[in-house]
Amino acid sequence: MSPETILLDHGSGGLASQQLISSLFLKYLDHPVLAALEDSAVIQNGPGRLALTTDSYVVDPLFFPGGDIGSMAVHGTINDLAMRGARPLGLTLALILEEGLEMAVLERVIASVARACKESGVPVLSGDTKVVPRGKADKLFINTSGVGLVADDIELASRLARPGDKIILSGTMGDHGLTIMASRAGLALGGNLQSDSMALHHMVADLLAGLKTGSVHVLRDPTRGGVATVLGEIARAAGCSVEINEAALPLRPEVRGGCELLGLDPLYLANEGKLLAVVAPEVADAALELLQAQAGGGESAIIGTVGLDRSTKVTMQTVIGGTRIITPLHGEPLPRIC
Amino acid sequence: MKYVDEFRDQGLARDLAAALDRTLTRPRRIMEVCGTHTMAVFRSGLRSLLPEGLELVSGPGCPVCVTSAAHVDAFLALAGRPGVRVATFGDLIRVPGSDGTSLAHARSQGAQVEVVYSPMDGLTLARNHPDETVVFLGVGFETTTPGVAATVRAARQEGLSNFFVFTTQKTMMPPLMALFGDPDQSIDGLLCPGHVSAIIGAAAYGPLAERYHLPCVVGGFEPVDILQALLLLVRQLEEGRSEVENAYTRVVSPAGNLQAQSLVAEVFEPVDMEWRGLGVIPGSGLQLRAPYRAYDAQECLGVEVVSATEVRGCLCGRILQGRARPPECPLFGSRCTPSTPIGPCMVSSEGTCSAYYNYSLSDSN
Repeated sequence: MSPETILLDHGSGGLASQQLISSLFLKYLDHPVLAALEDSAVIQNGPGRLALTTDSYVVDPLFFPGGDIGSMAVHGTINDLAMRGARPLGLTLALILEEGLEMAVLERVIASVARACKESGVPVLSGDTKVVPRGKADKLFINTSGVGLVADDIELASRLARPGDKIILSGTMGDHGLTIMASRAGLALGGNLQSDSMALHHMVADLLAGLKTGSVHVLRDPTRGGVATVLGEIARAAGCSVEINEAALPLRPEVRGGCELLGLDPLYLANEGKLLAVVAPEVADAALELLQAQAGGGESAIIGTVGLDRSTKVTMQTVIGGTRIITPLHGEPLPRIC
Repeated sequence: MKYVDEFRDQGLARDLAAALDRTLTRPRRIMEVCGTHTMAVFRSGLRSLLPEGLELVSGPGCPVCVTSAAHVDAFLALAGRPGVRVATFGDLIRVPGSDGTSLAHARSQGAQVEVVYSPMDGLTLARNHPDETVVFLGVGFETTTPGVAATVRAARQEGLSNFFVFTTQKTMMPPLMALFGDPDQSIDGLLCPGHVSAIIGAAAYGPLAERYHLPCVVGGFEPVDILQALLLLVRQLEEGRSEVENAYTRVVSPAGNLQAQSLVAEVFEPVDMEWRGLGVIPGSGLQLRAPYRAYDAQECLGVEVVSATEVRGCLCGRILQGRARPPECPLFGSRCTPSTPIGPCMVSSEGTCSAYYNYSLSDSN
């Protein structure tokens, strides 16, 4: 076996593991807390409450237009912290590698993790690597956990949505979901179709800092299940109806065209760099301006309102002036036959 | 987006809905017979614009919905064989067979089940896995048949020996003739399927209009297309006419796609076919002609299609004929949901039950 592939030895905890850590992981992820190689990272705590989250990444293909499994594992976990208003302190990085994985592939992923960490200013502070026999995993799986601090005056939760609140989406829908689907199927949908994967904690920090304390009620990132599923969750948690306006939904032409072609509904496609903000009506315009001024937030739009009735239904005013119900996603979105 | 936005224009839609309202003098039932129509109607919220008294009923036009449990059982048996890899369109994956299991279950148990976007992808699979038997599960109407025919012809030209097609391809006219030949049916007009019509041509519906005095209008799939077709249908009914009209001339010609027709005729021949909920309809299916039999999975791999009973209580058969609405089914929304489909009409996003469940739960509650 060539030394350029992952061997079971690399997960043994012995010499090969140590070489992998020092020659690859620490080469890219050089934070002193991680480099100490202790059993756990000890972090200086500040005032506020601790936010803790974890997510596993198994995306196939590993590399896709606009990102890869490494950057996604950093962005996704940062975003889960940010949606509760937490300032991310650090991440853990756990890898499950399939025996025989090309070392160059692993290096490319770790370099991407490092780049995403550097750009977002959130370091990997602790890590782990396991190798499983060939066929027992698909190339490479990643788990990242994240810790962050939530200031005492910040309270964000789906149940806090109130009737009359405005709902803002921070950009176009479905870019990530359709990119992955097209990459898997080898479909060339044309245009500049790419994943929207990005960290949202700076956007959130600026939004919260720019508005009156307590005027932002809910932040959610519409990942798997898409905007439709998250709106349903907000409606049920808050005990309110939600009404959205189809004409206001931001959508890239290439995503729209791809969805028309494949019979998919962009409301149900995953996003990895967008947030839904539910804000008090009097700050809606200011919130929109703040989001539109952010990198990656230029296409933010007010897409709907939280309704008065307690039915917890999500309805949409369609472009032709009709109404329809929006239900949560059932199973995977599947392309239709014809 | 060109060819989309102008057909979703709110002003045009409102004007057409108002014209429908003015024209309709008594209750009418119109059948749409294409899954894409069913879905377009729900997704656009078009029902909420229609005048009271104009009822839209979905017919047997969802290819997954009309695939019999017996055929799904045969697909499952095939997928379970060692060395076999089946390729299928996406929405067939969740359709249950007679014991409630689907290709998704089979895949979780180790069967090789690949979702493809084109039958031609099956040829790529066959080339990439020369030591396996690759079977494309052919499901669909005139819209998918030309693609399957082209694939079989390409397989023969290339001399691939490990690629087969399990064909359950169906044609649209025989079930429509059977449905409207039944004096008990209560449908007043037919919104003809736009995509099928692009292949077979608008003139194909002539016998329905002439023999059964059924107004037929070919319609496109955008809200304005559908409203325009409905208006033409209602005008025919109010004026006592029964003709074939074409409201989708940017895609459909009177004679259809002659090249596709000749390709299909070269590769396929009619055969009796079982439809879910409708039984066996003579001459409504397609099988490979003798020169292409070497690619016929049923013949070459010895797959048996064993007649299976449908689930008790499931009204899919009546729903597919426009004789029942989904909320009338005792299983609808309780035991049968898109996550746990019992009948095929709940599986496909085009299925009537799924469309009712996903887009108009409020109507049924």
